[in-house]
Amino acid sequence: MKTLELKHITKLYKSGGVEFLALKDVSFDVEKGEFLAIMGPSGSGKSTLMYTLGGLDTPTSGTYLLDGKDVSKMDEHELAVIRRERIGYVFQSFNLLSRSTVLRNVMLPLVYEGVKKEERERRAREALRAVSMDEKLFTHMSNQLSGGQMQRVAIARALINDPALILADEPTGNLDSKTGEVVMATFQRLHSEGRTIVLITHEREVAEYAERIIHVRDGQIVKEERDHKRHIHPDLYATQ
Amino acid sequence: MQLSDLLEETYLALVGNKVRSSLTVLGIVIGIASVIAMVAIGQGSQASIQASIQSIGSNLIAITPGAQRGVGQQVSAGRGSSQTLTAADASAIQAQVSSVSAVAPDLTKRYQVTAPGTNTNTQVIGTTPAYLNVRNIAVDQGSFFTDQDVTSMAKVVVIGPTARDDLFGQGSDAIGKTLRINNISFLVIGITQSKGGTGFANPDDAVYVPLTTAQHFLAGVTYVSTISVSAVDQQSMSTVQQAITTLLLQRHNISNPQSADFSILNQNDIVSTASSVTGTFTALLASVAAISLVVGGIGIMNMMLTTVTERTREIGLRKAIGAERNDISNQFLMEAVALTFSGGILGIILGWIVTLLVEKFASIHSQITLSSVLMAFGVSAAIGVVFGYYPARRASGLNPIEALRYE
Ligand SMILES: Nc1ncnc2c1ncn2[C@@H]1O[C@H](COP(=O)(O)OP(=O)(O)OP(=O)(O)O)[C@@H](O)[C@H]1O
Ligand SMILES: [Mg+2]
Repeated sequence: MKTLELKHITKLYKSGGVEFLALKDVSFDVEKGEFLAIMGPSGSGKSTLMYTLGGLDTPTSGTYLLDGKDVSKMDEHELAVIRRERIGYVFQSFNLLSRSTVLRNVMLPLVYEGVKKEERERRAREALRAVSMDEKLFTHMSNQLSGGQMQRVAIARALINDPALILADEPTGNLDSKTGEVVMATFQRLHSEGRTIVLITHEREVAEYAERIIHVRDGQIVKEERDHKRHIHPDLYATQ
Repeated sequence: MQLSDLLEETYLALVGNKVRSSLTVLGIVIGIASVIAMVAIGQGSQASIQASIQSIGSNLIAITPGAQRGVGQQVSAGRGSSQTLTAADASAIQAQVSSVSAVAPDLTKRYQVTAPGTNTNTQVIGTTPAYLNVRNIAVDQGSFFTDQDVTSMAKVVVIGPTARDDLFGQGSDAIGKTLRINNISFLVIGITQSKGGTGFANPDDAVYVPLTTAQHFLAGVTYVSTISVSAVDQQSMSTVQQAITTLLLQRHNISNPQSADFSILNQNDIVSTASSVTGTFTALLASVAAISLVVGGIGIMNMMLTTVTERTREIGLRKAIGAERNDISNQFLMEAVALTFSGGILGIILGWIVTLLVEKFASIHSQITLSSVLMAFGVSAAIGVVFGYYPARRASGLNPIEALRYE
């Protein structure tokens, strides 16, 4: 079953009289439970594509169906519900609330879902442990963290609402290869639980965890790989 | 989003920016405090002016001679120069008008009063014993003169405490001593209790002599300068006033009420005139203070707009993870209301302190009423809503991605 369907998506940025076509007629589908990686050079339109998938930005033309429903026809409230209940988003630039603690940051999506405080905190701790975050850092302000620690908090926040669709923009960009592997093991576990994952990355090695790799260049899909050698994290065998 | 979360978010946001929050609150504090203090001073003065008017007498109606200004008459005769009222008019009122509890005519003039070694210029009130009732005056030492003294034109005098202090020395016992008015000597038989008045017609700075004595020995006239009437209760005042008018017109053979040779002043009218004057005065003070409150409100709006701009990325993130438009606007509205509300509470406390200080050091009577406190609360919360609304709307309308890209 297709969970995401993009048909002839274009995105035209207009700012200060200058126009820039960031996506040019992009069409592809994502199956439910699929693990997809998007690769491409800087400025090729990957983040733009991701914002479209998350319903955060609307395409200039083309249709985007999320579980069969046209996103451009949804009102603000429907979009808000989808964002908080179905999608977990890891931003390229983390976007943590700098003056809030790690726990508060991770709990934030549940606040808007109206989850009780104790339950929120329990789930936040669980999500943070899942990304191997040090317990001692839970009550630190998020602006006191290293780039890698912030990245893990951002991932934990994306996981906390137990989303069916995870959109991750360069989730290992700031991590050393060892923590990067821990994070990828987490994604692989989430995938094995049946979640759909779309992951953006520069690194071939990271992309190889996915079942399918889409290559983007200058706002267009240039190549699709399915039969690459897959990378499976050894920890996954241990836990399975 | 639950209310407790909203409150927590608000608290964290405001505490996260202590200096700015407190400076903004200060604007509201000053605004509310000045409204509270100004209204308290205004209402306090109103109450004390009313009290001092009430203390002149109870349910008092005062009749003074002198024509009311009529058509074609350029100048009205000055009070006191007219000689149309007599003690007989007073007796007629006492005898023929119902609901009257006491009537006291008086002839009041200023004279030089001398005691051995000192002299003072004071008002000499020639009247009858009923004056005590009508004007709420009590005798402190000795006694007041009697009706018998009035009939016999006795040369006795009852003096007010201020006149006593001026003539015989502070707090001295003046009973049995003599003083001279217009070179005629009078025996001091009593001293009245202080009423705490001030000014030209201060009842403490006066001496009282029998009416007939004043008419015969001092002024050499037969008329009186005022007739004071006390009605039995407040409700009957206007009917009493009406009855007196009719009676006096008839006694003076005047058919047209427009050309009456006396005028009647009703204590109720004086109270309501004074109330409307002090009410205007209070409103004026309050509106000056309200301007500072509006300035404080603009300060809130300014801070909220700055906050929204600064936190654009945060707003974008909140929307991106599922916040509704309302969640965002409630958050900013709540911050604004929390600022003005705490400003309101502090302002009430500060206003109260200012009021106490004014009362203590400037001895202006003031009173804080529950209604002005409630109004201050309401107004400060309303200012938060009014001035917080636009920034909150602006925040909630942001597009999540543009907000996230904002630097
Ligand atoms: N708001 C905007 N206005 C105009 N141009 C924009 C805007 N946002 C992005 N672009 C342009 O669109 C192109 C694609 O941007 P995007 O952020 O999608 O790239 P990316 O593939 O994610 O790059 P990176 O790997 O560096 O994150 C870039 O050339 C960028 O300059
Ligand atoms: Mg990007």
